[in-house]
Amino acid sequence: MTVKLKVNGAVHEVDADPATPLLYVLREDLELNAAKYGCGLGQCGSCMVLVDGEATLSCVVPILALGEREITTLEGLGTVEDPAPIQSAFIELQAAQCGYCIPGMMMSAQALLQRNASPSDQEIRDALRTNLCRCGTHMRILAAIRRASEMMSAGAPSNRRAG
Amino acid sequence: MTIATSRRAFLLGSGALVVSFSLGAEAQEGEVQAGTSAPQPTFTAIDNDRLDSWIRVDANSHITVFTGKAELGQGIRTALTQVAAEELEVAPGEIELITADTGRTPNEGFTAGSMSMPNSGTSIRKAAAQMRRLLVEAAAQTLAVAPESLTLQGKQIRSGDRALSYGEVAAALNLEVPLAGDPALKAPDTLTVIGRDVPRLDIPGKVTGAPAYIQDMRLPGMLHARVVRPPGYGATLTQVDTSAIEALPGVVGVVREGNFLAVIAEREFQAVTAMRELARRARWSAGTELPEQAEIHNVLRGLESEVGTVAEEGDANPSGDKVFEARFTRPYQMHGSIGPSCGIARLEPDGTLIVWSHTQGVYPDRAAIAEMLGMEPGRVRVIHVEGSGCYGHNGADDAAADAALIASRLPPGRPVRVQWMREQENAWEPFGPAMSITVRGAVTNGRISDFTFDLWSNIHTTRPGGAGALLAARQKSGPATPNTPRLQISPSGNGDRNANPLYTIPNKRILWHFIPDMPLRVSAMRALGAYANVFALESAIDELALLAQADPVAFRLAHLEDERARAVVQMAAERFGWETATRGPGRGKGFAFARYKNLAAYLAVAVEVEVERETGRTRLVRAVAAIDSGQAVSPNGIRNQTEGGILQAASWTLYEAVTFDRREITSVDWSSYPILRFASVPETVEVHVIDRPGEPFLGTGEAAQGPVAGAIGNAVRDAIGLRLTDLPFSRQRVLAALTAG
Repeated sequence: MTVKLKVNGAVHEVDADPATPLLYVLREDLELNAAKYGCGLGQCGSCMVLVDGEATLSCVVPILALGEREITTLEGLGTVEDPAPIQSAFIELQAAQCGYCIPGMMMSAQALLQRNASPSDQEIRDALRTNLCRCGTHMRILAAIRRASEMMSAGAPSNRRAG
Repeated sequence: MTIATSRRAFLLGSGALVVSFSLGAEAQEGEVQAGTSAPQPTFTAIDNDRLDSWIRVDANSHITVFTGKAELGQGIRTALTQVAAEELEVAPGEIELITADTGRTPNEGFTAGSMSMPNSGTSIRKAAAQMRRLLVEAAAQTLAVAPESLTLQGKQIRSGDRALSYGEVAAALNLEVPLAGDPALKAPDTLTVIGRDVPRLDIPGKVTGAPAYIQDMRLPGMLHARVVRPPGYGATLTQVDTSAIEALPGVVGVVREGNFLAVIAEREFQAVTAMRELARRARWSAGTELPEQAEIHNVLRGLESEVGTVAEEGDANPSGDKVFEARFTRPYQMHGSIGPSCGIARLEPDGTLIVWSHTQGVYPDRAAIAEMLGMEPGRVRVIHVEGSGCYGHNGADDAAADAALIASRLPPGRPVRVQWMREQENAWEPFGPAMSITVRGAVTNGRISDFTFDLWSNIHTTRPGGAGALLAARQKSGPATPNTPRLQISPSGNGDRNANPLYTIPNKRILWHFIPDMPLRVSAMRALGAYANVFALESAIDELALLAQADPVAFRLAHLEDERARAVVQMAAERFGWETATRGPGRGKGFAFARYKNLAAYLAVAVEVEVERETGRTRLVRAVAAIDSGQAVSPNGIRNQTEGGILQAASWTLYEAVTFDRREITSVDWSSYPILRFASVPETVEVHVIDRPGEPFLGTGEAAQGPVAGAIGNAVRDAIGLRLTDLPFSRQRVLAALTAG
């Protein structure tokens, strides 16, 4: 059946079983790459997206549960040419090894920074509690989120809507 | 996608397999080439010994560099590009780098052992230097000037106000020439790209959602498959009713061949749903009984078949009143890539097969897949596409084999993508082998006089090689069998890697008690035996220092002659503030050192840990490392890899053990196989790089694993006064040790 989803500001009609987890629709129907399959169990955070601004594990949310809610993926934040602060910060601090977990990390951080632009180190760690990294990039991820926080607090360099 | 109305059964190849599926119209046009006798097309073979296999400059001055190594998330793409750019006097952005592909790149074996810079980095640097020399000599001739008078800039060769582009010169030259032996390299003090922090080329795409991984590949007409694996090793498929599965929405067919069972669907989640249903209907025999987990180290010692002497000097007989003896153990541990393995394959209309894989070895994987399918290797092409970080031999080759087997049974032109599920990755990947080690050492007059080190281990490398290394080949009918593992003592080591101390000890004996049988499937995991061996060795060194009433750092320095070893030890100690560091409540400091493989990168690390006496929770608070991996190409890349190695090794050391009952692996998700989480990430991690201009590249990726385990063990000893010898230092274990006192 056809399901309507609002993703990155645009409404998409997809022909999929309503029980299909959002992750599969994002990746297969909308050809969005950032949300990743990691466990399918809501344990690793690789599939993290924003739903109405809340960090949400897309691998365990069926599309029928979403209705009119606004879904934002990493692609909706910015581009290589015009990156969002969180993206600029990860590039600046070279905060990736394989990078597979990184989009999920960035979405968890984005959700945090949208409600609290100047989080403490403990608040950042709490926001990442469901995100796993296997390469051991944690120190750089924390540093990049602090850097993004500085950029967003300073209101520069991006003037884009925060997610 | 076009879905056909017909459903028909295929009988292909040796006839053991029946695939039934519905076909797209485009798929029906191609006929499978099995059994034809005409000459069979093959892919082009690449000659490692020719310059143009490594580097090409076209008439438009476009530079393409070829490496047989693969990007595994370690940043090798950027570092190799830097090396080529340096010798060609161009910006790194001017280089197009093609990575591991049996159809295009040299055969550099596996991307493993921290050998990408020593192997490929060195080869590419020499090839680029040869290319520069050829271009400069030809330009000098054309311009009728001495080669030394020419300058290179912006892909142009200049003499005064006259300039020739690289492309112009290259077009007039025959560059299909053998590699030169030893072309002159740029002098260390003239380097401008090597040693500079060039931003990783892949990060901008990866943080904005560009397709970056094999999991992101979408080929026209691509089908999705899922494999149903047996419940445990050796279980055989006794019964399965597939008819109801074939009727599920989107299901294209079920592949059943021997014990290999898979389902193919049009859409990915349809494949997942069908896989679950298929798994529910499959009946398996009991399979091979596994050992009692609690007894695994005794069981493994009982499986010893022969003993190899790794090193022997003097007559080691640790005795006297200052003797330390202990048994150390390491459990099975998993690579646990965050992205489970994925493989894509497509049978071509001419009967050749293309496989996309995040394998560490495209050429060996090609040989294994070809053997599995009874094809000539030249008719299979394996192309590396990056996956999630692998840290060794994980499920990548198996997923590629799954895809290859399924694709070979599909009509040509129909690509199939096999994505492993989390529980499949955790249960079926080859684990880092369990090991146990007995160390005895004696101190005489303040120095280590006698030292024996007995390690029990499987081989740590069961990579392809033969088809028997692939799960699909073992599970299909007419199964392949794994190679028989053999004990082999080599300079770089395997299970015995780093078992031989680099410290000066007059009497020592190092033995590898070889275990050929593998109750659990094992293979290469970052650092191989060096992780457990350095853990045991560095723990023992600290105990011997205590017996000698010496400071652990000073004691190490007193036994180290190699100046580069001493330099990393001194730097790590100094930057940590070893001598002045005070111990807070529940806290301790620890130190460790190793030269990886005893012939590669030098790394020393000092750590501070905190132990909660009430809970046993042990946490790495801070770490300071110093590393010398020879000439540093990308210092920030070295730091990034080493920071990662420190945190990953801390995770192995504090949390990780594969669990199993008598039938199956039970650590199949992230709650049953816990790893480091943000709540426990250290406060600071510092890595200091000692650059050695003009020295060979030594590689970086695995250097931290063993020293970190050793340093954490030593810091726990310092914090609570107890020597922990069994990995991991889980809360339960630490609490039990504290309770026993």
